[in-house]
Amino acid sequence: MRQLCKGNVAVVKGALLAGCRAYYGYPITPASEIAEAAAELLPQAGGTFLQAESEVAAINMVYGAAAAGLRVLTASSGPGISLMQEGLSYLAGAELPCVIVDVGRGGPGLGNIAPEQGDYFALVKGGGHGNYRNLVLAPASVQEMADLTMLAFDLADRYRNPAVVLTDGYIGQMMEPLELRAHDVPQPEKPWAVCGTPETRQNLITSIYMEPDVLEAHVRKLEAKYRQAAQAEARYELYCADEPEVLLVGYGIVSRVLRSAVDLARAQGVRAGLFRPITLWPFPSQALARAARRCQSVFVVEMSTGQMVEDVRLALDGRVDVEFFGRVGGNVPLAEEVCQELLVRMGMTVDWGV
Amino acid sequence: MSDYRVIEAKSSVFFDRYERKPELQQQTHYCPGCGHGVVHKLIAEAIEDLGLQDRTILVSPVGCSVFAYYYFNTGNVQAAHGRTPAVATALKRSHPESIVIGYQGDGDLAAIGMSEIVHAANRGEKFTIFFVNNAIYGMTGGQMAPTTLVGQMSTTTPWGRRPSNEGFPLHMAELLATLEAPVYIERVALCDNKNIMRTRKAVRKALELQRDAAGFSFVEILSPCPTIWKMTPAEARNWVAEKMLPVFPLGVLRDRKLPPSGNAVPPQHSVAELLELAAPGEAPSTLQPPRAPLPGLAVNIAGFGGQGILLLGQVLAEMGLRAGQEVSWLPSYGPEMRSGSAHCHVCLANERVGSPLVEHPQVLVAMNEPSLRKFAAQVAADGLVLYNRDALPAGFSVPQARVYCVPASEIADRLGAAKTANMVMLGALLELTHALPAETALAVLQTKVRNPALLEINRHALDAGAERIRKAVPPAILTTA
Amino acid sequence: MPSEPRGKVTINSNECKGCGLCVDACPPKCLELAPELTPYGVHPARYLGSACTGCGICFYACPEPGAITVYRMMPPPKSPATLSQEANRAATL
Repeated sequence: MRQLCKGNVAVVKGALLAGCRAYYGYPITPASEIAEAAAELLPQAGGTFLQAESEVAAINMVYGAAAAGLRVLTASSGPGISLMQEGLSYLAGAELPCVIVDVGRGGPGLGNIAPEQGDYFALVKGGGHGNYRNLVLAPASVQEMADLTMLAFDLADRYRNPAVVLTDGYIGQMMEPLELRAHDVPQPEKPWAVCGTPETRQNLITSIYMEPDVLEAHVRKLEAKYRQAAQAEARYELYCADEPEVLLVGYGIVSRVLRSAVDLARAQGVRAGLFRPITLWPFPSQALARAARRCQSVFVVEMSTGQMVEDVRLALDGRVDVEFFGRVGGNVPLAEEVCQELLVRMGMTVDWGV
Repeated sequence: MSDYRVIEAKSSVFFDRYERKPELQQQTHYCPGCGHGVVHKLIAEAIEDLGLQDRTILVSPVGCSVFAYYYFNTGNVQAAHGRTPAVATALKRSHPESIVIGYQGDGDLAAIGMSEIVHAANRGEKFTIFFVNNAIYGMTGGQMAPTTLVGQMSTTTPWGRRPSNEGFPLHMAELLATLEAPVYIERVALCDNKNIMRTRKAVRKALELQRDAAGFSFVEILSPCPTIWKMTPAEARNWVAEKMLPVFPLGVLRDRKLPPSGNAVPPQHSVAELLELAAPGEAPSTLQPPRAPLPGLAVNIAGFGGQGILLLGQVLAEMGLRAGQEVSWLPSYGPEMRSGSAHCHVCLANERVGSPLVEHPQVLVAMNEPSLRKFAAQVAADGLVLYNRDALPAGFSVPQARVYCVPASEIADRLGAAKTANMVMLGALLELTHALPAETALAVLQTKVRNPALLEINRHALDAGAERIRKAVPPAILTTA
Repeated sequence: MPSEPRGKVTINSNECKGCGLCVDACPPKCLELAPELTPYGVHPARYLGSACTGCGICFYACPEPGAITVYRMMPPPKSPATLSQEANRAATL
């Protein structure tokens, strides 16, 4: 049955469906509904919800639950994610699967609580110390908040690595139809987990390797895993991308705006298309290069001063002109605004026909 | 020759050979005379005697005991600096039958991990913490610890710890004993034979309590660090007795059962029930074309926090959903819910909604004057404005749109429920636009308003709004008023 | 001939780090640090060979898990007469 559901709540519903029965987190606007929904739903399904004393404690509880072999979820927003970065490094180092949701807000510092995409570097490029990656998914609808959370659990287990759902205040706060279907979620075997049982007694969860050669071997193993994920897991969506002259690129809520902007541009006679990365790491570089092959230019829009655009430039390697337009501070670019900016940069005048 | 039998020997809870250790695998990495080894032995012995080896998960900290997992043939988890109580919390809650032991030093527990230990203790997590206090940072080479004594030299207190600069040593056992939840707190010391045996007893008791699921148990162990203190092992042991004991008095600070609690028990449901899942055989509910095609609609509802702005939008979106439309509801959020301005955007569409931001609403519902003034210019050409007064402010007009003045708050007041002004507006909106069948509004409200009397008032409010439109003076006249 | 000591101690010189805490802790003072050095360069503890009471204190003073093993003399086996006496007593209780 289709239900009207808030993005943040859909995360928890997807998690429940994916077999997650543990949530440890700390409230922060605009992510708090995730904790609230987890507090209501998980204990009714026999699971654990605990409001931690801080994000630092929360991510280390996630570490403990993941070490214990559970599918575990936490969520926060920029300032809290900053505090969790230590834990993310340990989780990746100890190869512990878990899902972290970042409902992005304006930064830096306390910034504000309006939506922004300024956490791309912090989560896609690292943020914690050492050589590791997060698997990063970027939902653009309430349905995807649930679907990509479920996918995040699968990817986290498949690669024994933290997976991040990187979203923003608007996707988190908005309500849209959500449809969830019963299906068997095969819970992967975790013979490495530490469960306080005879079978798991020999197991050790750690990220410390004192010998340089041993640590190098460990980091190489992680590296190989990331290379494999980069080959297999890149996901994206195209809209009107059949031979476009200009390709718009944006993720999350911005991709929704860009979808409308593409329609507006097409009404102005511009053959515009949309490329939406669904995975931010691995970044769908090859698919983007393919989609942009015959474009005159690629127009990247973000709610940041330009973070993902670096990956777009790397993917296109100078073969296509890359333009960037960003809004920050919690301002969400409007479709008309984007279209106007696009036409101006293409040297066209705007005729809205009103 | 007489027969001798072994009475004290290496515990079987220790690995025979420490194969996780890169070199010198037959001995520990601890310095000669270090207290950690003794604490390890006492813990291993208690685990063995109580038959807990298969159930034990040891959480090692950051500090000299970071490698505790080299030695203990139990489940092992290594934690970030100071976070052992947080990690242990989730381990124990994930596997309540396990025996979770957190092992922490003074820097780990009382400096960087102060928050985690206090909160874990306060929640009464049912695990055990062994806190080894040697008043110094060992692993990093002798910096001040939060338990360093006044006047004690360290590499970061070159003139000795000065209360004027570094404050006083922290008394963790006493601090935790101010909390309700812990069931057992004791401070012991490795300063002589007698006290080592008392420590042995305390370690055992703490683990027995955990075995019996009694609650949070905590043993602080004053322990020698000969290398960093620059003493012989024997001198260091004496220093514990002579210098540390006067500052950190030994004894049991807490030993009681947890008082019975009045915990509510959450009801249990299947995931399918909780999530209102589609049944396995049920056909996918794809978009059903409505019997009579409905127009798409983009609405901006704005006003003051508490006027039911967001609820009005939600009811509208829910109605669209029930009519088989694609919908989105995008609120302003945050401080607005604590009064201040509030607005939400609602899109009702017959195809996938692009941007949920409504740039040019076909309908603006302005519940107060500031909202009208803020959003009126954005209204689409030939759009509609519903304004919550009986006339526009003097000198104000919305030339591109038709304006209907519906004094919804006054009407709601007359109905005896000021909070239903939003439903008066919804009734008016539905009557004007015919965007959705009005009867579904009540069906949606039934899921949101549980009180039958209040539901009835909401029904009247919807009717009153619609009635107002039916009797309205043509808008063209109003806009020029 | 002196009677055999009640206890005895063996020390694993692979584990002993020569800290001397056992020597200090031993009530009958039957341990010492050996003059020779182990391959690690420490003087290991050793049992003097007499006077051990098997009290076990050295074991708990020692920080190394397996450096010290303490033994105690077994009581002499009971005669069949004693055993049947004990059995009778138990039956009447």
